[in-house]
Amino acid sequence: MSALAYPDHITATYYLVLAAILFTIGAVGLLVRKNTLVMFMCIELMLNAANLTFVSFANALNDISGQVIVFFTLVVAAAEVAVGLAIIVAIFRRRQSVNADDVDLLKG
Amino acid sequence: MEAVVFFVCGAAVIIGALGVIAGRNPVHSALFLLLTLVSIAVLYLQQHAALVAAVQIVVYASAIVVLFLFVITLLGVDKGEAPDDAHPVQQVAAVVLGVLVLTGILVLVHGNRWVTGAHSTRGALGAADSGNVETLAKSLFTDFVWAFEMTAVLLVIAVVGSVVLARRSGHRADAPSAEAHATEPGERSPA
Repeated sequence: MSALAYPDHITATYYLVLAAILFTIGAVGLLVRKNTLVMFMCIELMLNAANLTFVSFANALNDISGQVIVFFTLVVAAAEVAVGLAIIVAIFRRRQSVNADDVDLLKG
Repeated sequence: MEAVVFFVCGAAVIIGALGVIAGRNPVHSALFLLLTLVSIAVLYLQQHAALVAAVQIVVYASAIVVLFLFVITLLGVDKGEAPDDAHPVQQVAAVVLGVLVLTGILVLVHGNRWVTGAHSTRGALGAADSGNVETLAKSLFTDFVWAFEMTAVLLVIAVVGSVVLARRSGHRADAPSAEAHATEPGERSPA
């Protein structure tokens, strides 16, 4: 990682490392938290890390398709949030809770 | 200048992400998520992705975060989590797994030279100062038109699905009143 020692020019590696850190924080948060709303926010963090990677490669390779794919990721994220929050609202109406540990009917 | 913007925004991204997973109150998590999303939009601007940055602000930072806050306040779950709810073994395992994931990705980033691959296979980014909306739209409606149409189908399915989910549970809650209405057919007939 010798490129990281010279911060006078920001290369794609910097953005990729930042995206990797962001993705890891999102993944750890998804495993650690039990509030389903916060778990959804962690999924958004991971999707944003992927988007940042796409834009970084688009910039590094001077290729527009990386930026186009970000739009599709964004639409999938929006659809996922709409359906996911509807599921959370439906679960809350039945169980009066948004805690993932309370939804353990299949656990036996 | 480029380095200053990157490190300030990168620090904001990481602080916001840590705030999302550390905040006991979901409202605080949503506001930290907003910090992360806006900082990422600045990083997009720095990488000649002006339209993506604008869409990031409009869709993510506005629509999605507002939707989160709306549901949090609608459900009234903005009281915070019980601290004794945590499983210590699971948390340690999650952090260890996260370190492994991060190490794996960093090894991949370091060991490969992807950025020296083929350039501009789908078209160049365009002039940096004038934005690249035209190039982006041309690529979106020629190379990616099939994915674009499938995106429309996905959105329709998502909207119908969320409406069905929201209606069904509400219908079940007042099912007796719905049956009571069904036994009186003359009430609603136009004759």
